[in-house]
Amino acid sequence: MKVYLNSPINPEEVKKLRIGDEVYITGVIYTGRDAAHKRLCELLDKRESLPIDVKNGVIYYVGPTPAKPGRAIGSAGPTSSYRMDPYSEQLLKEGLKVMIGKGPRSKEFKQSLPKYGAVYLSAIGGAAAQISESVKKCEVVAYEDLGAEAIHRLEVENFYAIVTYDSKGNDLFEQGIEQYKK
Amino acid sequence: MRKIDLQLVTDKIKELFIDACENIPENVLNALKKAAEEEQSPLSKEVINKIVENAYLGREKHLPICQDTGVAVVYLTIGSEVYFEGDIYEAVNEGVRLAYTQGYLRKSVVRHPLDRVNTKDNTPAIVHIKMVPGDVFKIDVAPKGGGSENMSLVKMLIPADGIEGIKKLVVDTVFNAGGKPCPPLVVGVGIGGNFEKCALLAKEALFREIDDESSDPIANKLEKELLTLINNTGVGAMGFGGTKTCLAVKVNVHPCHIASLPVAINIQCHAARHKSCTL
Ligand code: SF4
Repeated sequence: MKVYLNSPINPEEVKKLRIGDEVYITGVIYTGRDAAHKRLCELLDKRESLPIDVKNGVIYYVGPTPAKPGRAIGSAGPTSSYRMDPYSEQLLKEGLKVMIGKGPRSKEFKQSLPKYGAVYLSAIGGAAAQISESVKKCEVVAYEDLGAEAIHRLEVENFYAIVTYDSKGNDLFEQGIEQYKK
Repeated sequence: MRKIDLQLVTDKIKELFIDACENIPENVLNALKKAAEEEQSPLSKEVINKIVENAYLGREKHLPICQDTGVAVVYLTIGSEVYFEGDIYEAVNEGVRLAYTQGYLRKSVVRHPLDRVNTKDNTPAIVHIKMVPGDVFKIDVAPKGGGSENMSLVKMLIPADGIEGIKKLVVDTVFNAGGKPCPPLVVGVGIGGNFEKCALLAKEALFREIDDESSDPIANKLEKELLTLINNTGVGAMGFGGTKTCLAVKVNVHPCHIASLPVAINIQCHAARHKSCTL
């Protein structure tokens, strides 16, 4: 099913998403990779406030190429998500609803999603030029010293991703591979 | 003796890396289109179609097709009848430096595996030099992404493991990697040699054209059998489930010790970027 979502996300819409759904997101999303996640979680450990509002938010795991003149962002495909597994639950507790990356993640992560009514989406790895077309604006909002790994605020239009783990505990990788295995 | 101008080598390396990142080889694109046609899972078909659209977009708008523009891998084939003055490695690195800093490519190299400080210009490149007779000077480049390289391995099998042991190792490796290396894949397999040689064989296998076949009859048969076995795993595009996990398998072989059966598997994602030129 094709689903059009606005971000920040309506939590009720997130709960309705099912694995295999093709999602088109319009609105604000934040980027973050390992280093940024580590810093966000250190702040939470110290009970300090975060530089971004993750409540009902979307985080996209990406480290783009430098933008060419005239473009909002460089090529911007997803990076492997499992590296963010140790940090994700702390952000889910803060109300994060959608994470976008690529590839399988830990069992613990997958099992934490129903508890928070959250989902994990995949963007198409390597389809980075196409993804950059849906990014209309990009600015650094935290950790500028991290360069491509800094937290960027993106304004996106019809950003395409596929529901991979839903809030009911379903796993597209598991079910999809089982279906086509010979 | 023919003189090779190292400045020309630098210029060519720069051009080739930028071109490789933006412009996927025609035969890889054709293999992807064929996979999209044949894929039985509607979702994986859609994904491969988007990968093809992305490739065209890269070409038309001169954008890197993937944000991971990789570590710069360079093979130089140098004839014994050419010569050059100066440091060939530095000439290559300068080309890489220019490509990545001026060509809007991502710098993904750290200076030390443990202190992890970015070198900021994607150097040093990984350079392999092969000496041959004649006056040839050929450059092959491949920007190699981390996601697929991380799923590669070397394993010292024993002769008794035989062809069945190799098949199991390859299929398990691809299956366990799932969506992580961005399938549909090209799988390079090196068999024989020794510990380091088999890894080089696997890498060189990935430098072969996607549509060529091994001239060694045993390797040729194995390439076809492995392709079928990998596609039977059901992994599919990006691991979503499907019948086209792999576009091609390339097997390179080399003589080895009576007691050994070294096997290396080098995984290449669908962004099978490779460019070459002859000076
Ligand atoms: S595995 Fe290949 S296609 Fe996927 S992100 Fe890495 S370089 Fe790009």
